[in-house]
Amino acid sequence: MEFLVSDAKLVSGSRWLLFHAVAVFAFLYLPIAVLILYSFNRDGVGGFPPHHLTLDWYRTLFADGPIWDSVLNSLQVALAAMAISLTFGVPAALALERAQFPGKALFRRLVLLPLILPGIITGLSLLMLFNVTGTKLSLMTIVLGHGTALISVATTEVFAGLQTLDRAQEEASLDLGANYWQTFWRITVPNLKLPIIGAALLIFTLSMDEIAVSFFLIGRDNTLPLEIWGRLRRGITPEINAVSTIIFLFSLIAIVLWYRLRMRREATSEAGTELVGAVEGNAL
Amino acid sequence: MTAVRDAVAGILGRPLLRIHNVAKNFGKNVVLRDISLDVAEGEFLTILGESGSGKTTLLRIIAGFESASAGEVWMGDEQLDRQPPYRRRVNTVFQHYALFPHLTVEQNVAYGLRVAKRPEAEISSRVAEALGKVKMSAHAKSKPSKISGGQQQRVALARALVNRPRLLLLDEPLSALDANLRRQMQVELKSLQREVGISFIFVTHDQEEAMVMSDRIALLRSGELEQVATPREIYGRPSTAYAAQFIGHTNLLKGEVRDGISRCGPLTWQTTLPDGPVLLSLRPENVRLAAENTVLSNGVRVRGKVLHQAFHGATELIRVDCGDGLVLVVRTSGSGGALDAVDLEFSAADGVLVRESPERI
Amino acid sequence: MFSRAYKATVTLPPLLWVTAFLLAPYLLMFCYSFWSVSPTQSIVHSWNFDNYAQLLRVDVYWQTLLRSMWIAARVTVFSLLLGYPLAYFLSFYAGKKKDLLYQLVIIPLWVSYLVRAYAWKTILGSDGVLNTLLQYVHLTKHPLEFLLYSPFAVVLTLTHIYTPFAFLPIYAALEHIPRNLVEASHDLGATPGQTFWKVIFPLSIPGVLAGATFAFVLSLGDFLAPLLLGGPSGIMISNIVVSLFGAAYNWPLGAAISLCMLLLVVGLLFFSERLEKKWSFS
Repeated sequence: MEFLVSDAKLVSGSRWLLFHAVAVFAFLYLPIAVLILYSFNRDGVGGFPPHHLTLDWYRTLFADGPIWDSVLNSLQVALAAMAISLTFGVPAALALERAQFPGKALFRRLVLLPLILPGIITGLSLLMLFNVTGTKLSLMTIVLGHGTALISVATTEVFAGLQTLDRAQEEASLDLGANYWQTFWRITVPNLKLPIIGAALLIFTLSMDEIAVSFFLIGRDNTLPLEIWGRLRRGITPEINAVSTIIFLFSLIAIVLWYRLRMRREATSEAGTELVGAVEGNAL
Repeated sequence: MTAVRDAVAGILGRPLLRIHNVAKNFGKNVVLRDISLDVAEGEFLTILGESGSGKTTLLRIIAGFESASAGEVWMGDEQLDRQPPYRRRVNTVFQHYALFPHLTVEQNVAYGLRVAKRPEAEISSRVAEALGKVKMSAHAKSKPSKISGGQQQRVALARALVNRPRLLLLDEPLSALDANLRRQMQVELKSLQREVGISFIFVTHDQEEAMVMSDRIALLRSGELEQVATPREIYGRPSTAYAAQFIGHTNLLKGEVRDGISRCGPLTWQTTLPDGPVLLSLRPENVRLAAENTVLSNGVRVRGKVLHQAFHGATELIRVDCGDGLVLVVRTSGSGGALDAVDLEFSAADGVLVRESPERI
Repeated sequence: MFSRAYKATVTLPPLLWVTAFLLAPYLLMFCYSFWSVSPTQSIVHSWNFDNYAQLLRVDVYWQTLLRSMWIAARVTVFSLLLGYPLAYFLSFYAGKKKDLLYQLVIIPLWVSYLVRAYAWKTILGSDGVLNTLLQYVHLTKHPLEFLLYSPFAVVLTLTHIYTPFAFLPIYAALEHIPRNLVEASHDLGATPGQTFWKVIFPLSIPGVLAGATFAFVLSLGDFLAPLLLGGPSGIMISNIVVSLFGAAYNWPLGAAISLCMLLLVVGLLFFSERLEKKWSFS
């Protein structure tokens, strides 16, 4: 639909909107741009304008042992958290979408709560649990924290995927003689492939960046965000800018990938709707 | 087509709406090609076409939701296509009604008047009147989600008409209704139009609907006007093979004329047509099961084998294989019982000469 | 349609996990809030309301809570003011570029929170980018002190973080509005401006409520931004909780405050959901 393009008077209204949009984008990206810029600044952060652009800070970064240790820790945690979140999140979505059982409403709210609850509450409550059970804090406790908090991500993604799943496909499978388990593995799960991959990507990225829950559950080994946090307490160096820039690049790639996956998923269900629309003579 | 337009203009005075050489393409996709059409005051015009014919696009151009790639639309002295939709004295009844879900029926109907800042008292009385006309007064305070599809459609009508537009556009408003409700609404819409007296442009793909309701039908095919005429004219004198086939059932007889004899498969008859290939449209009701003794003047007889009998309630349609690749469809009054071999006859004068309808890309 | 065995297999594991790692911890927190800490820094399991009494009596606790709510309120308002027009622009005016722009909005969301908060720190400091820039172009002679280590810095940073959060549900709600309603409104004589206030905005309210809830709740419970940028005047309630679990070692009191926050959040969610339902028409 050509929305309001032809009338000259309207353009002025939409001009303000455009201006606002540009301003908001600038606001959102400005700090990141500054960060990236100053990661190349020899004289450190602050001080405008930056002189002496250099790659020194990146060199320092690559030689920095503890940072890479923490990166390794974060990767391990992220992968393990991914495993937990998916293992429990996918069945949770199925249960919510299909089954009726007592306490379902409470279950649904509990599962989705960590999404909106400030991380501090999730972190502290788990800390109390580990304290009472005498569990020592370590990377393992962080894994449990991330895994639990991010179940909600897996559940929401898969739930959305289930909603667009055509029930008729599963019914057709049953009609053709497959039992519930065969239908599940041959029809349901393949259709959930995209949401599951999307969820995995998202969980991985969120876990790598997670700090609020990790803050309370940390043992001896640091994750990357907590390592950076420790450095920040001691003083700012552009090395932090360098590592932040790299983190930004990875997040960028991850999120664009996730979005493409999501679009691909929506395109396949969209094709079905278009077909129906055309058949009903809605087109033109 | 020009002749009809002039005739209409002559009879009813100046046309209300004039569409001049309107064309529309979306990128490379050409949807409308050179459409010229006049709509008279107080006329019920139907734009009839298949999906993809461009009928909805044409309507949207008149309403203002699309702009034409070429051509102009004039209403009286104003060039309509220069104005945004909210300044045109045109209102639309949308295909899926587009009632505002957060407003009551009453508030929906009052919307246009509110926006125009009419005084409250005037709004109340006009809304009440409009609701009364569509028989929805009892549901004034309901929300759209609580009323049925047919009721929503009436509200959509009231909402459009209450603004007293000069022209009402209806985009397949009955397509979501079931058959009986549809027939009922067709009659109601027609009488409403007569009562209100304004021009209606009605878009549909249902040819029966078009014939029942329209003063004139504009048959659209692949973005071009195939024929614009009254229902009787389009039915009785279709100008092209497409028009003949789209509206009602027909037999298309492809033949050759030589020396005053027309030949079509196993059929021959005398004709005054010039030599050359011919295409004739013959309506099934003009083909009769011949009794032994009656012989039609200028009649053509043929014997054939019944392929299929379709019961249509009041009539029956019988497909007959007449040999030589010719299959004729015959409409009878449906009391004949099962038939096998039959004699058919028709009058050559009932065959209407039509133009070919080549495939359009 | 599905067998009971299937349903049980699918339901039980997550149910058990969630009970163990979500429900039990919250219940535990509930219990802790009624206990006390002994002078020797061990938890005394005697049940009393002392912690809650302290919360009400001691100024610093509920004052900080109020200040936190005030900060969260400002963040919410600004996030909505920034996010709504952006969402409206994307949904109705962006045409083919809609997808690309949407990606551009959500990308900052996934860039590390810490990274972004830190970035603001480098910008707002007295030796930071903004101050040196202003001095460089001779707009100011001395660095502006209020920029960093103040509630201003916290509100600014949190608005930056949570504007995309506010944007998402508003955008989703706007996308959900059938375009033929907009056409119908135009058809009936309403200009785009009138159409916005009479049709589009009312139908987008559930999205606005969801966005506001997200922004408010998450900024209320934030402790990182205040810690990095807030200074002594920008302390929020979560910072108090953090110190109670750290240096100021008083887990039960910390649990009590956390529980209050939890109840506040749940209450807000419940209330917001009710409002959303009232304003949802499809």
